[in-house]
Amino acid sequence: MSKNTLYGIFDCELVLLAAVKEIRANNIEIKEVYSPFPVHGLDKALGLKETRMGITAFIYGCIGLSLGALMIYNIMIVDWAQNIGGKPSFTFYHNMPAFVPIMFECTVLFAAHLMSITYLIRCGLFPGGESDSPDVRTTDDKFLMEIEVEGNVADVKAMLAKNGATEINEKDA
Amino acid sequence: MHKESEIRDPLILGNKTYHDISKDIARPVEGKANKYWWILFSLSLGLFIWGVLCMAYTIGTGIGAWGLNKTVNWAWDITNFVWWIGIGHAGTLISAVLLLFRQKWRMSINRSAEAMTIFGVAQAALFPLIHMGRPWLAYYVFPIPNQFGSLWVNFNSPLLWDVFAISTYFSVSVVFWYIGLIPDFAMIRDRMSATVSPMKKKLYAFLSFGWSGKAKHWQRFEEVSLVLAGLATPLVFSVHSIVSMDFATSIVPGWHTTIFPPYFVLGALFSGFAMVETLLIIMRKVVSLEAYITIKHIEYMNVIILLTGSLVGSAYITELFMSWYSGVEFEQYAFLNRATGPYWWAYVIMMTCNVLIPQLYWFKSLRTSFVATFVLSIFINIGMWFERFVIIVTSLHRDYLPSAWSMFSPTFIDIGIFLGTIGFFFVLFLLYARTFPVIAQAELKSILKSSGSEYKNKK
Repeated sequence: MSKNTLYGIFDCELVLLAAVKEIRANNIEIKEVYSPFPVHGLDKALGLKETRMGITAFIYGCIGLSLGALMIYNIMIVDWAQNIGGKPSFTFYHNMPAFVPIMFECTVLFAAHLMSITYLIRCGLFPGGESDSPDVRTTDDKFLMEIEVEGNVADVKAMLAKNGATEINEKDA
Repeated sequence: MHKESEIRDPLILGNKTYHDISKDIARPVEGKANKYWWILFSLSLGLFIWGVLCMAYTIGTGIGAWGLNKTVNWAWDITNFVWWIGIGHAGTLISAVLLLFRQKWRMSINRSAEAMTIFGVAQAALFPLIHMGRPWLAYYVFPIPNQFGSLWVNFNSPLLWDVFAISTYFSVSVVFWYIGLIPDFAMIRDRMSATVSPMKKKLYAFLSFGWSGKAKHWQRFEEVSLVLAGLATPLVFSVHSIVSMDFATSIVPGWHTTIFPPYFVLGALFSGFAMVETLLIIMRKVVSLEAYITIKHIEYMNVIILLTGSLVGSAYITELFMSWYSGVEFEQYAFLNRATGPYWWAYVIMMTCNVLIPQLYWFKSLRTSFVATFVLSIFINIGMWFERFVIIVTSLHRDYLPSAWSMFSPTFIDIGIFLGTIGFFFVLFLLYARTFPVIAQAELKSILKSSGSEYKNKK
């Protein structure tokens, strides 16, 4: 049986949100939704898992903090301890208050950059990448719902139309 | 969908649709520059070139080209540095702190405010670089393994903290800015015709990283923005605190003050908002964004200026009180000399522009006027430059021994470099206004139905 791809186009995010819920309730799998801006609640309605970007930031921050501390310890205590204005220079613990600003900066530097890089990699975004949106209007003012149908195309089309799709396009696989 | 109180004024004026927003934001990129843009750009470019010549002269002959002397050995260079860094702060405040507080009015202005941050910090970074005298050795400030007998940087020094703080601030700001720009570049890419402007379309396709607006991507986008805002918020406070420690950890009377970190951060926000207003009031006219940058946005910023201006004023008074209360003669003299010594005029300019002028914003008629705001914001920009000048030069020019007392007068090179950075800043900003989506349109579309005037009226 051939697989058909249906594109339902919506004008309004509220209609789209209701349609997503309705269509999923009817056990039709939505492959993807493209939208020009973040629609709040869409991820839950689509049943997407929560993103773990925040957790990666925490891990990268911990790495940054550790590397920063290690760097300062190596430079200031191990490699070349200096007496600067009589400040304690022989243990990391005693000298640490002066090291806090740079340890903080290292934490932020690592967390922000590595999280952003992770985000780009996970989303497959890179300089010169090609957009795989089926319709260019999805970055402007249209919301697009992509459904892969095996078999009964007419039913799904009716379902889309009933739920407020203003335009329904079909692509044969 | 956002819920919003109906008594709040709309943030988007006119009967805009999503498509209108795309059209309005893409217009400056797609259209040709008008006469005013070319005039401003030529002026800025002229200043910039003049500044580059002055910088080249300084590097060729040495720092002696400036008006510095043995007593006043830090003057315009560090004044300009702190001034530009301060200007940068409002951008991060708008994009990060206001995001955490869910203030929707930030959406029309955050892109440009962040651009201002990045361009401002770039100007600031020039000054220490030139002041090194041998800028090609600038990498010495980073802890890089070397062959000079383990010549490491000193991690106890606020000057090194500054290197880390500013580099982190700059690079994180760029990343935050760019993550937000990707969907907007994609919008411009998709509007461009491959036959009419193939090169431009290719360029924006390259810049937009292949963004297509999938639900999962938007979910990640929102989380990444939120976490970046959370990271940038302590960062913005740390940067200017550390800048203030360049002074506060010394023992020079007038610098050796524990209130410097909060006082500098507030001053930075104060001056940064003034610069955002100066830029946006011009920009909304030049690229016709009156529907998006409304008087309401200006009024909100004026309220922040009133608050931070009053706090800066109380910091000035606290400083005076503490110097008297300390009972230390040197401290008392330093502050008395600031107000009544040979630099009294700089002190008067600072007090008038930073303490008295923002108080005018108690009047609603001034707070909600574009003309008044524009004029007052220029005064605040000037006042905040003088604040740094007063702190730096008046504290230094009366040394411990009267035989070492001296004055500072800038040479034309000093002035040229400062004007050059202003030119460079405007060159970058004007190019940005013609090539970038100057408003975060994707975010703005998400509030159209809760804060657009058409939808508000329907309710």
